[in-house]
Amino acid sequence: MAGIGGAETTGKKVGWGLLNAVVVIYALFPVLWIVSLSFKSSKTLADGNFIPREWSLENYENIFSTTEFTRALINSIGIALIATAIAVVFGTMAAYAIARLDFPGKNLLVGVSLLIAMFPQVSLVSPLFEIERGLGLFDTWPGLILPYITFALPLAIYTLSAFFREIPWELEKAAKMDGATPGQAFRRVIAPLAAPGVFTTAILVFIFCWNDFLFAISLTSTEQSRTVPVALSFFTGSSQFEDPAGSIAAAAVVITIPIILFVLFFQRRIVAGLTSGAVKG
Amino acid sequence: MSQTTTKGAATTETSPETVAPKKKAVLSEGKKAERRLGWMLCAPAALTMIAVTGWPILYSLLLSMQRFDLKFPDRTEWIWFDNYVTVLSSPYWWNAVWVTVLLTVVTVAVELVLGMALALIMHRALVGRGIVRTTTLIPYGIVTVVAAFSWRFAWTPGTGYLSEALGSEPVLTEKIPALMVVGLAEIWKTTPFMALLLMAGLALVPDDLLKAAAMDGASAWQRFIKITVPIMKPAILVALLFRTLDAFRIFDNLFVLTAGSQGTSSVSMLTYNNLIKGLNLGIGSTMSVLIFIMVAIIAFVFIKLFGTAAPGSDDGGKR
Repeated sequence: MAGIGGAETTGKKVGWGLLNAVVVIYALFPVLWIVSLSFKSSKTLADGNFIPREWSLENYENIFSTTEFTRALINSIGIALIATAIAVVFGTMAAYAIARLDFPGKNLLVGVSLLIAMFPQVSLVSPLFEIERGLGLFDTWPGLILPYITFALPLAIYTLSAFFREIPWELEKAAKMDGATPGQAFRRVIAPLAAPGVFTTAILVFIFCWNDFLFAISLTSTEQSRTVPVALSFFTGSSQFEDPAGSIAAAAVVITIPIILFVLFFQRRIVAGLTSGAVKG
Repeated sequence: MSQTTTKGAATTETSPETVAPKKKAVLSEGKKAERRLGWMLCAPAALTMIAVTGWPILYSLLLSMQRFDLKFPDRTEWIWFDNYVTVLSSPYWWNAVWVTVLLTVVTVAVELVLGMALALIMHRALVGRGIVRTTTLIPYGIVTVVAAFSWRFAWTPGTGYLSEALGSEPVLTEKIPALMVVGLAEIWKTTPFMALLLMAGLALVPDDLLKAAAMDGASAWQRFIKITVPIMKPAILVALLFRTLDAFRIFDNLFVLTAGSQGTSSVSMLTYNNLIKGLNLGIGSTMSVLIFIMVAIIAFVFIKLFGTAAPGSDDGGKR
C-alpha cells in the first residue's frame, strides 16, 4: 500500500516506476495485440506471434474496399454525432434548470434519470423491437438515435448539473450591474465557464453511443443502419476459407483511434466528468 | 449548438434573477415564471426519457402475457402468466441466472480490489501520474466488442499468443474456462472505471489525518482500513452499485467470446437469443420483465445500504 510521508528516495521512485509500468502494460496489452493482428499479412495471420513477422496493409485495404465496413463507419459516426448533439442540448437545458431554478417535479426528474441510468437495457429491447417495427423505425438511424439519447440523458444531466453547480453565477449578476445586457453577460461570462463542462459531457456521451452493441444489434438488420461494432461481428472474410480475424482487427483499430485520441487530449476532463456526477456531494 | 440553448435559457431566465432575494411569498410573479421556465427547460429531456422507456415498459408487460411468436403470428393469444411459468421452470433460464450472478459477483469483487490498488497508484504515484491516468482510460473508452475480439483472438488456438504460450487447449469451448476468459475480459475493461470512482473518493481523505495516524504508529494497512476506507465508504458504495448493475447486464463480451454456447449465456444473452434469433416476443418480454425485477431488487438493496448517500440525493434543491 502507498506509504505516506518519508523521503522521496530514488528507490521509491524506481518502485513507483515499476508499478506504473505494470499498469501501463495491463492497460495496453490487448490493444497492442489487436493492432499487431491488423498489420499481419494473411499468410502470417495465424502464426500466434505477438509481433507481426511480416507487416502489411492488406487488411486495411480489404475493409475499405467493401461497403460492409465503410457504410457501417458512416452509420456509426452519423448516429453517434446526432445522438450526442441532441442529448447534450436537452441535457444542458435540464441540468441548468436543476442546478439553478426552483420548481416542483425537479426531484422526480432526478429520480427518473437515476432509474434510467440503472435500467437493464435488455428489458427495453423486446418492446422497442416490436414498437419500432410498427412505426417503421426499425433498422433506421432514428431507431437507434432515440434509445441512445434516452440512455445518454441521465449521464448528461448528472455530469452537467454537477458542473453547473460549480459555476460562480454571481459573476453574471456582476456583469449586468456593470451594464452588460443579459445576452452579453451570458456570452462573455457564463458561456466560457460552462463550455468545458458541456464539452466533457459531449465526449462521455459520444463514447457511450460509439460503444453500444446491444441496441445496435437488436434494432438493425441491414447495412443501412448497422454500426461498426455490429458489422464487425458479421465479418466473415471475403471467401469461405479466409480467416476474418485480419479484417476484424483492422476495423477494430479504425474505430479505436478516435477513442484513443479523445483520451490522450482530454484525459483530465474525462476523469473530472466521470467522477463529478457520481461522487461529489 | 448547446450554447445557443443555454443562451436562450439564460436570457429568459433574467426575470427570476431580478427577484433574486427569494422571499417566502406565495408564488410571486417571478416565482411563477421560474417554475414555468424550469418545466420548459426540462420538458424535452423528460418527454424523451418517458417516451422511450415508459410506454415500452408497459408494453413489455402486456407482451409478456401473450403467446406471441413472430414465426406463428396467427397463434397469438392472451395466456396470462403461462410465459412466466415456462421461463421460471426452464433449466436454461436458471443456468443463465446463475452464470450472470456468478460473473457479476466475481468480476465486481476482483474489480474492487484491483480498482482500489489502481486508485491508490494513481492517487499517490510519485512519478508518471499523467501517463498512468491516460493509459487506464483506454480500457474504459475502447469499444467493448473490440476488446472482446482482442481476447477472443488471443485465445484462439493457432492465432493467439495466449493459447500459444499456455498450451493450445481451446479454452473458449468449455464452460468454466470460457467463463473465466469472459470474466477476465470484463475485469480488464471495467477496472479503470471503478478505479476512477474510487480515486475521487480517495481525494476526500485528508492527508493530515493519515499523517497524524502515521505519527501515532499506525501501519500503512491500519491507516488504510481504519481511516481511508471508512471515509471513502460512500464512494465505494456508489462504485459498487454502478458496476454491479452494469455487470448484471453483461452482453457484449459474451456475445463475441462464446455467443452463449456451452451454457455460458447470461440473462441478457438468453433474452436476445429468444427475441432476435427465436423471434419469440412473448418469452423475450417475459425475460425482460424478470431481469427488470432482479435489477430493481439489487438497486433497492444498495439504496438501503446507502441511506442518504445515494447518488443524486444531493441534487435536491440547492442553488
